[in-house]
Amino acid sequence: MATPREIRRRIRSVRNTAQITRAMEMVAAARMRRAQERVRSARPYATQIRAMIAALSDLGAAVDVSQFPLLQHRPVKKAQLILVTADRGLAGALNSNVIRRALRFIHEDAGVPVEMVAIGRKGRDFFARVGQNMTAEFTHLGPAPTMDQIRPAITLAINDFIEGRVDAVYVVYTRFINTLQQQPEVLQILPIEAPSDLAESERVRDFIFEPSPEAVLQALLPRYVEIQLYQALLESIASEESARMVAMRNATDNARELIDDLTLTLNKARQAQITREVSEIAAGAAALGG
Amino acid sequence: MRPTKLSVEVVTGERVVYAAEDVDMVVAPGADGQLGILPRHAALFTLLSAGEMRVKKGAAEQSLVVFGGFLEVANNRVLVLADTAERVEEIDIERAETARQRAQSRIADRSVQWDLARAHIALQRSNVRLRVAGRHRSRRGSHPPGQPEP
Repeated sequence: MATPREIRRRIRSVRNTAQITRAMEMVAAARMRRAQERVRSARPYATQIRAMIAALSDLGAAVDVSQFPLLQHRPVKKAQLILVTADRGLAGALNSNVIRRALRFIHEDAGVPVEMVAIGRKGRDFFARVGQNMTAEFTHLGPAPTMDQIRPAITLAINDFIEGRVDAVYVVYTRFINTLQQQPEVLQILPIEAPSDLAESERVRDFIFEPSPEAVLQALLPRYVEIQLYQALLESIASEESARMVAMRNATDNARELIDDLTLTLNKARQAQITREVSEIAAGAAALGG
Repeated sequence: MRPTKLSVEVVTGERVVYAAEDVDMVVAPGADGQLGILPRHAALFTLLSAGEMRVKKGAAEQSLVVFGGFLEVANNRVLVLADTAERVEEIDIERAETARQRAQSRIADRSVQWDLARAHIALQRSNVRLRVAGRHRSRRGSHPPGQPEP
C-alpha cells in the first residue's frame, strides 16, 4: 500500500486538476451563452434573405431562374466538403463526432470524389494526419468570428462551383440543439435549393425592384450562401462551448470522487500505520518486562 | 388619428445594428442614388451602395454608415439587410484614419504587388466612415432617436 505521504501528494494534484477543470467549465459556460446569443442575432438577417430568395425564385415568369449559376443543378462528378471543427480540444466527443460524420459522407453518402476544406484546427490536423488533401484551411477564427472572416471560404466555394471544379458544396458542422445535445449535420449550400414560400411570393408581387428583380436576386444569392455557412460556424461554436462545459463538469465531478476515494485510502493507511506503531511499542515493552 | 410613421430596422449577419419606431423619414444610399423614404411609401426592394443612412424622428436624427446590402420597404416598415453597418457613434475615427492611410500607401506603392481591388475598397470604406463621422461631430447636440443595442 502507498504511504500516507504519497497519497497526500496525489490528493493535492487531483485537487489542482479539479480547480482547473472547474475554471474551464465556468469559462465555457459564459462563452456558450454569448455564442448562443450570436446564433440568435444572425437569425433575422438569414430569415429575411431566405424569404426574399423564396419570393424571387417563385416569381417564375418575371425571373428566369436558369440564368443564375448558383441555382444550377448539374450531375455531380466532384463535391466539396467544408468541415467545421473547433480549434481546441477538451470538448468531449464533439470534434471526433463531426469528423466521423465527415468520413461517412466521403466514403458512403457522396459517391463521388470529395475535395476538403477545413475550418478549425482539429479537422485540419485530422485530415493532414490521414494524408487527405485539403484545398484550403481556415483556422484560429476565435470565439466570435465576423462574416468578413469567412468570406474567403465562401468566395473559394462559389468560384470553384461556378468554374466547374466542383458540382456541389456541402458543409458538415455541429448543430446546437441544447446544452446537452449537439448533432453533427451535413448541409448542402451549393447549388442553392431555392426555398419555396408561397405566402412570401404573394406578398412581394407588387414590389418595385431596383435596379431589377434579376439584379436583386443576383446579389442575394451569394449572401445566402454566406449566411448559411456563417450560421453553421456560429452553431458549431455554441456546440463546442457547451460540449466543453459538460466535459469539464464531468471531469470536475470525477476529480471530486477521486479525492473522496483517496481520502478514505489515506485514513486507512494512517490507521494501519498507527496500529503497527502501537503494536511495535507494545511488543517492545513486553520484551523489556519479560 | 395618429399620423402614419415608419418603423426602421438595420440588421447585419452579426447583429441588429439599429431599430426604431415612429420614424418620419429615412434617407439611404440606394444603388441608383440617394433614396428618401416617407411613410406610405410603395413596397420596394432595392440594392444599397456604400454611404450614409439617416433616420429622422421629429427634430432628432440618427446617422449610420452602411456598406452594401439590401433595403426593403413594406407596410411602413423599413428593413435594411446590410453587409456591414455601424451607427455613427460607433465609428472608430482613429482606426478609419489608419486604414485610409494604409490603403493609400498600398495603392501608391508600386514596388509590392498589393491587392489593389481590396485596397480601393478599404480606401472607399474608410473615406465614407470619416466623412460621416466628421459631419456628425461638427453638429453635436441632436439626440439620436431609437434604442441603441445593448
